[in-house]
Amino acid sequence: MQATAEQVIPTVNPVYAERRRHRGASEHQALWTILDGVFDPELPGLTIWDLGVLQDVQLRDGHCIVVITPTYSGCPAVDAMSQDVVSALNGAGYDKVTVEVALSPAWGTEMISPTGKLQLASLHIAPPQADDSPDCPVCGSSHTEVLSQFGSTACKALYRCQDCFEAFDYFKRI
Amino acid sequence: MTVENQTPLYRFVLGLADDSVVLSHRLSQWCSNGPYLEEDIALSNVALDYIGRARMFYQYAAKIEDQGRSEDDLAYLRTEREYTNLLIHELPIGDFAFTMVRQFLLDVFYNLYLQKLMDSTDETVAAVAAKAIKETRYHLKRSEPWIRQLSEGTDESRSRILRALEELKDFVGELFHMNDWEVELVEAGVAVDRQSLQADWDSYVQAFLGQSDIAFENSQLQIRGGRNGIHTEHLGHMLSEMQYLQRTYPGLQW
Repeated sequence: MQATAEQVIPTVNPVYAERRRHRGASEHQALWTILDGVFDPELPGLTIWDLGVLQDVQLRDGHCIVVITPTYSGCPAVDAMSQDVVSALNGAGYDKVTVEVALSPAWGTEMISPTGKLQLASLHIAPPQADDSPDCPVCGSSHTEVLSQFGSTACKALYRCQDCFEAFDYFKRI
Repeated sequence: MTVENQTPLYRFVLGLADDSVVLSHRLSQWCSNGPYLEEDIALSNVALDYIGRARMFYQYAAKIEDQGRSEDDLAYLRTEREYTNLLIHELPIGDFAFTMVRQFLLDVFYNLYLQKLMDSTDETVAAVAAKAIKETRYHLKRSEPWIRQLSEGTDESRSRILRALEELKDFVGELFHMNDWEVELVEAGVAVDRQSLQADWDSYVQAFLGQSDIAFENSQLQIRGGRNGIHTEHLGHMLSEMQYLQRTYPGLQW
């Protein structure tokens, strides 16, 4: 059984709803759309918007200011993401770009968009769960066990399915 | 800048940065030496969380100082006597039991401390605390099962846990000791009254260890001096390793 939208997204949580409202109210829709082409370097296919890293975009006198918040405080991908933001906007004709790394609001898994959660599942990475007991993203079984509290990056833990025996990454809930 | 000229806020933030970077470096020494691959990765990831925390505090300290020094200057170009971390962070990694016992004791402490620090009237300090506590809650979820497993495992694993507790207990008191400049900042609502956390810390740690039939009592002895730059013999050796590259090739960049 593959993970489906209904299983992964019971409701839209208030944190994501607020992000979506903020984006919808912005005057600079074109900029947000350009940044939908910037992906997390370690989670292929997941945009920085869907991951919840992209917080705000401003345009002042032709100068773009992009605000991002790192997932984990020591996340080494922040520099790569900042460079990708700059090149995406440069490529679209915006020459002056500043990327601000904001500490507040602190990133949390609730900032991940429903699309982002589906994208994680399709990469066989189990999306964050309220009870930290993910279903196997490969066969859908609920019989899974933790192998290690940390996986290939700080934001993931390593689990194993007890039915299909596949080891998989779980995106930790914080 | 001499110590006399440093503002209380600078000393406070610098102390928190030093605590984080020193513990981070100790944890990173397990990289490629962990008992197995997953544990190796886990300890390195905890180290990464602490380096992130250290960077946020150093950047802020550099801004407060306003003398043109960068976060890297503060981490790599200060001597042992200029480092102001609390001593428990600098002790060598010892065996795996020692590393995990220290981590457990500190995870319990930081869960209490950062929870209070989130209410700091200083916006940057509060923001760093809000970010760091999410990571620290997770660290505790990882260190607790290890302490339980090793305490109730073999005679060998249990004896190592007991030995680690014995070696660490005299360094715990410093976590709850207030320095003059910190007292000043508590009054301003910036810092946390460390002493007020001790009772909660004691009861949590004692209850947790008690479930594995380990009686943990606070030591009457407090070994301290870190915040004033007085360290154990171990910090200098650690810094000579950590700072080697910047000292040998000043200004070197990745």
